[in-house]
Amino acid sequence: MVHEMGQDEAGTGKSEFQMKRFIAFTLAITVSSWCAAATEDAPLDAVYINLSDTASLQRGARLFVNYCLSCHSASYMRYRRMGEDLGISEELLKEHLLFAGEKPGDLMQATMPANYAKQWFGVVPPDLTLIARVRKPDWIYTYLRSFYLDVGSPSGWNNTLFRNVAMPHVLYQLQGSQRLVSDGAAENGKPVFRLERPGEMTPEEYDESVRDLTNFLVYLGEPVKLNRYLIGVFVMLFLAVLLVLSYTLKKEYWKDVH
Amino acid sequence: MIRVLNWVDERFPVRKMWAEHLAEYYAPKNFNFWYFFGSLAILMLVIQIITGVFLTMHYKPSSEHAFASVEYIMRDVPWGWLVRYAHSTGASAFFVVIYLHMFRALLYGSHRAPRELVWLLGCVMYVLLMAEAFMGYLLPWGNMSYWGAQVIISLFTAIPWIGDALAEWLRGDFVVSDATLNRFFAFHVALIPLVLTLLVIVHILALHSVGSNNPDGIEIKKNKDERGHPKDGIPFHPYYSVKDLVGVVVFLIIFLGIVFFAPEFFGLFLEKDNFQPANILQTPPDIVPLWYFTPFYSILRAVTYPLFGMDAKFWGVVCMGLAIALFFVLPWLDRSPVKSIRYRGWMYKTALTLFVISFVVLGFLGMKNPQKVDLFWFPNLVWAQIFFFVYFAFFLLMPWYTKWDKTKPEPERVNFK
Repeated sequence: MVHEMGQDEAGTGKSEFQMKRFIAFTLAITVSSWCAAATEDAPLDAVYINLSDTASLQRGARLFVNYCLSCHSASYMRYRRMGEDLGISEELLKEHLLFAGEKPGDLMQATMPANYAKQWFGVVPPDLTLIARVRKPDWIYTYLRSFYLDVGSPSGWNNTLFRNVAMPHVLYQLQGSQRLVSDGAAENGKPVFRLERPGEMTPEEYDESVRDLTNFLVYLGEPVKLNRYLIGVFVMLFLAVLLVLSYTLKKEYWKDVH
Repeated sequence: MIRVLNWVDERFPVRKMWAEHLAEYYAPKNFNFWYFFGSLAILMLVIQIITGVFLTMHYKPSSEHAFASVEYIMRDVPWGWLVRYAHSTGASAFFVVIYLHMFRALLYGSHRAPRELVWLLGCVMYVLLMAEAFMGYLLPWGNMSYWGAQVIISLFTAIPWIGDALAEWLRGDFVVSDATLNRFFAFHVALIPLVLTLLVIVHILALHSVGSNNPDGIEIKKNKDERGHPKDGIPFHPYYSVKDLVGVVVFLIIFLGIVFFAPEFFGLFLEKDNFQPANILQTPPDIVPLWYFTPFYSILRAVTYPLFGMDAKFWGVVCMGLAIALFFVLPWLDRSPVKSIRYRGWMYKTALTLFVISFVVLGFLGMKNPQKVDLFWFPNLVWAQIFFFVYFAFFLLMPWYTKWDKTKPEPERVNFK
């Protein structure tokens, strides 16, 4: 993208300007990665998280392994655990989700070595195991739908929620490419995009896929959340019975205290 | 069974101890809601020790592996998540229980003669518990753990002359690092819990030697029956053992409710910045300690004026230390002829209410950016400075307002039903 645009705007003064801009952006990326997104108060689109929607989690897992795991790790999570929780058999796991000779018991490591990533993006892409616990699900959902074409950025992409993020729009084949029409000028304070070239999915399908992915990331942040509530209900019932018994016992003993 | 007991009893006073501390320990019969928190504090200590032992089996105290080992516990260790959430929620629950336990003393004068030593031991344990919590908070090696420790240890640099060297000595490095993590681990799992447990025993022995206070703040030992037992006393076991059991179950419903349904407790018990590993290059937007420290953190930040050639930070640290130290001298600041709030006048009631409000508001402000406006009219800093004075006024004016206060006569016997 950067090269294409450089040719468009050929001219010595301009290319020098581009170069400076490139350096400035590289710096900006590094700085922004230090202070982790200053856009805390930006309006977010709400996403419906449903961890009992196994089909959604499976689709999310597939997207995650296909698109995210090349650069990002989920290095605290094992493939096998994911398979067990999401009802994916070991055969299916091996067939569809393990690509580079990983074993089901392996941790989910990025395909790309960290030092290459650092060279290409200026930062090592953060581990995503706990990302949904660091950022809100709404943030992730909005972020993955807020990429737009930006000639000034080294990757050719920019993001309204995470300014000058080093990450390119990895899902652009699915979403297509969109341009930024107005940034936060709409009455709800949200940016307005115009889809320039449609992707493989309709906007509705894309939103649904991002929801699947976000759903999966919430699962990934805390796999046990699937059973935690259920066990909790049984524990509460047990304690309720214990409360009745202990209170009756107390009443019985205290009858003779006057 | 009896023979075994006899055999032991000839060599160790089991029966005597059982009688002295449980079956024939006469506690006032009028204990109310506020008297559950002593036994609950013991329960919390036990929960923290047991869950802590299991965490120690899987946790790796090294800057390289600590964060990953916690996630390993959360994911790969069977029931590890439950143990970890119980421990992290337990830290906060412990402080809730201790704060309510301390408040009970302020309500009914449990800290006053003849129970000053019980109170002093409690204060020492409170300080140790803060140290325990602070060091434990570094162990997950999350980013907030790291920067929290960095900020708190750097407070020591405010001490003139020796400050920098002292901070370096505490960290074992120029910044918080692997060396710091390892020594905090050692203190957190070995020394402090050991001393805490011993002090709990001494605290209870001291209490049982003078006898428990009660909501009326009168001494039940003054009225004894022909057998020498206090007329208003009942044996701790079985009466209070069964009553405390009810308290334990109610407490567990709340405690385990949080563990199972909201272990992060809206970012108050587990902060979102702590779900990313420690990063020396990435400071969290707002570095704040966990809620149980924030009243004191507010007091620290409220001091913004340099004085006598020392900078504001130094005086902030002094005030923060004083805010904790004043609890120790409370029994001697209080000059009221009565102990319980039931027989005190409006002055103490007002002072205690204002103190509780100041403690809660300072705690709230300690989590917020001082420059922003989260209450009304003024920025958080100004509110913190106002309540700073309220907080200290409670202690420093106590000798006067408790003396001038118009008290009611205490009853001869306790009120029961």
